[in-house]
Amino acid sequence: MRRKKQKPEAVTARKDNFSRRDFLKGASVAVSSGLLVTEAQAARPPAGPEAVAGPGRVAITLKVNGRPHRVNLEPRVTLLDALRDYLDITGAKKVCDRGVCGACTVILDGKPVYACNVLAIQAEGHEIVTVEGLSHAGQLHPVMAAFVEHDAQQCGFCTPGFVVACKAFLDKNPNPTTDEIEAGLGGNLCRCGTYVGIRPAVLEAAQTMKGGKANA
Amino acid sequence: MPKCKYDWPEAGERKLIGQRISRVDGPAKTSGQAKYTYDVNLPGMLYAKILGSPYAHARITALDTSAAESMPGVKAVRKIQDVGTEIQWAGDEIVAVAAESEDIARDALDKIKIEFEQLPFLVNEEDLSRAADHAKAAGSEKSGDPDKAFSDPEAVISEGYYGIATITHCCLEAHGSVADWTGPDTLKTYFSTQNVSGIPGEVGEALRQANIDVKNNNIETICQYVGGGFGSKFSADRWGVENARLAKLANKPVKLLLERDIDLTVAGARPSSYAKVKVAAKKDGTIVAWQSDSWGTGGPAGTTMPPLPYVFTGIPNKVTRHTSVSTNTGPARAWRAPNHPQAAVLTMCALDDLAAKLNMDPLEFFSKNADLAGERGKVYREELQKAAELIDWQKNWHPRGHQTPGAMKRGLGISLHTWGGRGHNSSCNVNIHPDGSVELDLASQDLGTGTRTVITIVAAETLGLPLEAIQLNIGDTKYPPSGASGGSTTVGGVSASSRRGCVDARDQLFAVVAPSLGVPADQLIAADGKIQVKGDSSKSLTWKQACAKLGVKSIQVTGKNPGPCSLGSSGVGGVEIADVSVDPETGIVKINKMVCAQDCGLIIDLKTAESQCYGALIMGITYALFEQKIMDDVTGRMLNPNMEFYKLAGIGDIGELVVHMMTGPGYDERGTIGLGEPPVISPGAAISNAVANALGVRVPTLPITPEKVLAAIEKGEIS
Repeated sequence: MRRKKQKPEAVTARKDNFSRRDFLKGASVAVSSGLLVTEAQAARPPAGPEAVAGPGRVAITLKVNGRPHRVNLEPRVTLLDALRDYLDITGAKKVCDRGVCGACTVILDGKPVYACNVLAIQAEGHEIVTVEGLSHAGQLHPVMAAFVEHDAQQCGFCTPGFVVACKAFLDKNPNPTTDEIEAGLGGNLCRCGTYVGIRPAVLEAAQTMKGGKANA
Repeated sequence: MPKCKYDWPEAGERKLIGQRISRVDGPAKTSGQAKYTYDVNLPGMLYAKILGSPYAHARITALDTSAAESMPGVKAVRKIQDVGTEIQWAGDEIVAVAAESEDIARDALDKIKIEFEQLPFLVNEEDLSRAADHAKAAGSEKSGDPDKAFSDPEAVISEGYYGIATITHCCLEAHGSVADWTGPDTLKTYFSTQNVSGIPGEVGEALRQANIDVKNNNIETICQYVGGGFGSKFSADRWGVENARLAKLANKPVKLLLERDIDLTVAGARPSSYAKVKVAAKKDGTIVAWQSDSWGTGGPAGTTMPPLPYVFTGIPNKVTRHTSVSTNTGPARAWRAPNHPQAAVLTMCALDDLAAKLNMDPLEFFSKNADLAGERGKVYREELQKAAELIDWQKNWHPRGHQTPGAMKRGLGISLHTWGGRGHNSSCNVNIHPDGSVELDLASQDLGTGTRTVITIVAAETLGLPLEAIQLNIGDTKYPPSGASGGSTTVGGVSASSRRGCVDARDQLFAVVAPSLGVPADQLIAADGKIQVKGDSSKSLTWKQACAKLGVKSIQVTGKNPGPCSLGSSGVGGVEIADVSVDPETGIVKINKMVCAQDCGLIIDLKTAESQCYGALIMGITYALFEQKIMDDVTGRMLNPNMEFYKLAGIGDIGELVVHMMTGPGYDERGTIGLGEPPVISPGAAISNAVANALGVRVPTLPITPEKVLAAIEKGEIS
């Protein structure tokens, strides 16, 4: 039953379920309706059976931080590997590689996703924002500045994922409480133990972003 | 007061040292610009993967890599261990493959055919009766007359079983390297390492043994940022050497970072420790006797005994016996404060149970016995008092067995710890250029502890310049060597070498500019971006004007540690107290609050020093409640080599954390002492003691999982 659903229309539907966090609650709705098509997807030709990609390399265009990038890759390549190995965009880190730790968090059409849980070909036609896309001309994003101020980082390997997750979280929750921060950023893990700095950093970034400071 | 010329500035003269200063590489890290080894991408670079043994103990009887070698996209295959080799732990490296993409490399591993003769193995050691000949006596010590002390009818005696499971390091950046032969006998290696200066020698030696002729000084090692080490990244490791060999074979740069499952299985292990402990005190609470029978494993090599009894080394009558258990598990690596968290759990839990048996408040009990810790007893008493104040001990503590009302049971627990932390050997080049620029070069590394920030602060303070004026270069063996970052030795080493180098460079500049200011060089000071005459700030040159007098020649000096004038010392203590709530229905332990009172001599950067303690508390919460390398008796493999089942605390698991650094008179004059290890030692014992206080029963081993909490309640051993 489930396998039968994995036809092209199911693939289209699945494209809307980028994040493992939302997969369970999203999957049933999307698979049953198949209607959750974004504008970007709607502009593309409808996917038919002939559109099945692979197994060899396919040419796709990924729009990362506003710039299109042409890449040839196998359909099994994750968005994370595409960014890191094919495009040399290395801010998103590879840690657990299976949708647990959040170090590879990027923003897809405004929504935070684990880039290790998205295939690169699924991300075609979507707006991908990585940590590199959040600061401009050497000016730190308010989330980054707050992370520096509150020393919300040690080795720094989880930090880009946290910064991106935090930015996406604040876009949705501009006035978070500490409890909401702990729930909202529960999908990112740090080994050095920087959470004590992260809590006030998120609160401060929320204030700065509301104040309309640079890059907010 | 006679002052040695390199001495740290007096308290009133410090502009930057001891302030809360944001780490200097913070912007690079938060913005994703910081390049870690895993982020190094070179033109034409290949990706390598490793095939590990599926068995914990086996002999390789057949190995065929031909199908992998002939795959399109595969560029090099190396048999690391061949037919006849006896494998001692699951995950041990057998074949390495380099290919054009990560996926091709993984596919190639699937094509490798290996046959094994399986051999008997042991992967779990808590039940010592099953260890058979894997267990070996590993030392016994006795002092005083413990038999007599324990048989004294006046003695109050407590006996118990305590333990702490093997955990893995789980550095977020896996272990590995990128190897690039830039010439036939010149190798550039990017390593995720705690030991930049040590890598070329180790790799060079291993390559020469494999008949690859390369001189150590033709091997450059680079590590600008490292995604966690915690003691597991001192060595180049066999995979690091193999990567250089793959790169040689393929004649292309190769990246080999371990996959997460292999990393957790073979590249991290903090040895376990279990013990039956018996302790005795006089009725007034004075500890008089200690007896421990301990055992544990650190993989095939077994273990050495943790330092028992811990902290309270002055207990007059002691006997310790240790059994080392060799297991077919990935070998032990140093884990932040090697053997100390284990010693703290075995000691502080046993003593806490003794305090309960004495019906004594543990705060009073530990304070009363603090002199058994030797000359630092006074510091422990100050720290106990401070920590108690921060957790509001008087209000929140209750005797064991007096459970708090309501569904959740609340308790407090204490632990004490100690560490050395003397600075390592370090050389630092200091260059002052005629254009006013200042460069410091040393082949140290910043693990995220704040090493860059500390060196920059020392240089800026010494030269009277703002932080931005200092260009610091680390993480590359083209600079002078500096020690490995382990054992909390870095801050002491690099702060001293950079201080001595900057003082000498500054004095050379004074000598050059003194004639223009019309005073002897020893009448000059460097402050506020100027070279000034002492006591007459109207007579000065700006830093740039002063440096312009150098003409075309830069000042270049090397500062070293060790060296003249004492800039640091060794030996710190700390006290941590945990406040937890336990749900006796579910067995879940929740951290309400933890406090840490810690000394570490002179603090260079208060902000990153506090971060070390906060991070240590969080790592401690993690190993107290969640972490265990779970080994399967049936297959011999690690059952949780991934991050969904090898659990790390999240942002919602830590409660409120408070850190108090002991500073000021009595502390600052000791100079710099390392801080990385000490605060991570106590959380396990403090949390275990808090749980015992909450429930009235001891959960004997860490991690304190819900299952173990429920079992302990059911057993109801200790009241």
